Amino acid sequence: MIRMTGVQKAFGSNRVLRGLDLHIPRGTSMVIIGGSGTGKSVALKCILGLITPDSGEILVDGKDARTGDRDAFLARFGMLFQGGALFDSLPVWQNVAFRLLRGSLMKPADEARAIAIDKLRRVGLKPDVADQLPAELSGGMQKRVGLARAIAAEPEIIFFDEPTTGLDPIMAGVINDLIREIVVEMGATAMTITHDMSSVRAIADNVAMLHDGVIKWTGPVADMDASGDPYLDQFIHGRAEGPIEAVR
Amino acid sequence: MILLSPLATLGRSVLALMAAIGRVSLYALSAFSHILRPPFYPREFFNALLNIGWLSLPVVGLTAIFTGGALALQIYAGGARFNAEAVVPQIVAIGMVRELGPVLVGLMIAARVTSSIAAEIATMKVTEQIDALVTLSTHPMKYLTAPRVLAAFICVPLLVGIGDIIGIYGGYVVGVQNLGFNAAAYLQNTADFLEVRDIVSSLAKGAVFGLIAATMGCYYGMNSGRGAQGVGRATKGSVEAAAVLILAANFVLTGVFFSV
Repeated sequence: MIRMTGVQKAFGSNRVLRGLDLHIPRGTSMVIIGGSGTGKSVALKCILGLITPDSGEILVDGKDARTGDRDAFLARFGMLFQGGALFDSLPVWQNVAFRLLRGSLMKPADEARAIAIDKLRRVGLKPDVADQLPAELSGGMQKRVGLARAIAAEPEIIFFDEPTTGLDPIMAGVINDLIREIVVEMGATAMTITHDMSSVRAIADNVAMLHDGVIKWTGPVADMDASGDPYLDQFIHGRAEGPIEAVR
Repeated sequence: MILLSPLATLGRSVLALMAAIGRVSLYALSAFSHILRPPFYPREFFNALLNIGWLSLPVVGLTAIFTGGALALQIYAGGARFNAEAVVPQIVAIGMVRELGPVLVGLMIAARVTSSIAAEIATMKVTEQIDALVTLSTHPMKYLTAPRVLAAFICVPLLVGIGDIIGIYGGYVVGVQNLGFNAAAYLQNTADFLEVRDIVSSLAKGAVFGLIAATMGCYYGMNSGRGAQGVGRATKGSVEAAAVLILAANFVLTGVFFSV
């Protein structure tokens, strides 16, 4: 469904992506792992068009991601941002129903609110949260609201950027389970960026290890522990010694 | 080589300035084009009207009334040196409407509105809310910039008009209460002396200053750096740029309206 071929992106002299090749089949959950600053978020943002790659090809369903109707393209995606990225000035339900209150997917306000409350329930939040402002919620609740927003328009493809960063282990487990349930339930194609190995094991069908701007290893999550790849081994066991320099 | 070094530095600065002017101009043109093309976001527009217009009224009113009062005292004291105390109503009116009203309102809007827009949008950028807007199929220029620029274009001339009236009233109060002017004669002199051209120039300046204030706030917010320092720099830069551009535009517009 999503195919990246030879994608390169540099910021000044810093070559972040150096020929990234990645394939995510429809209906599967791909988790990209790698150290901080290895280009995981850049890869994700290149697919969405938030960053323009210097070279390479990004295809979604065989079509170039950079051409065609941009609104229709983005309407296929949902995204959970690392910090939630909720709009401070809007109450929770309007954040969740943002896409349903404007643009091509616009619905009457009552209907959009009902859908928002339904999605909030789906991520384990009570309806009375709907009228609160994001700043009144805890970090875990904000993540759930972000997740509700990501699935509100029932997208085909959902991206999760560091979904458990900043959460305690119990809340991280809850979010991981929710993501897995929702992806399976919706039959969506998912791409998750994380360096949290518990997330990888809970969410992934397939794993890709990104280092130095290229994919060092990719395969089913079940094969990850016996991959024999020194980069992946060092990363998943959290060792300081190995081919990945601890000081970057 | 040593002699050429200052020239090279000057050249680089000029080129950087030209590039910055180009970027701001392109941003402003893009903002104007988004104002004219759908989709429109009326809710955002009305929120911006409220924030830029209605909520700026107290600061504009206070600035204008004190300025008008002080102007009356200064003109009276200055005019007394050559027996021209009687010109207070005329000079207060012309001073407020032609210059002080638009410029002071413009600068207060730069301080209050430009900084607020820049800080808000820069924070949205730092916290990935701008990226979130894009992924939700919403163009940030349409959703954030266009409503604010249009609202400022409409609101600031009105604020300038209100500021002019309150400033003249400040002069009137001081003139009548402190300086012994006859109330009816003061008002009559004011009305007789003002021309349509004065009022048109005042409102036109307000419209241009509004465009400058909102555009600078949005531009610096959208182009802010990372973290708290990035937000701080964006806010500071937006106010500096807006204030300088407002004063420069005031000079140009004064030349356009009143050149002999």
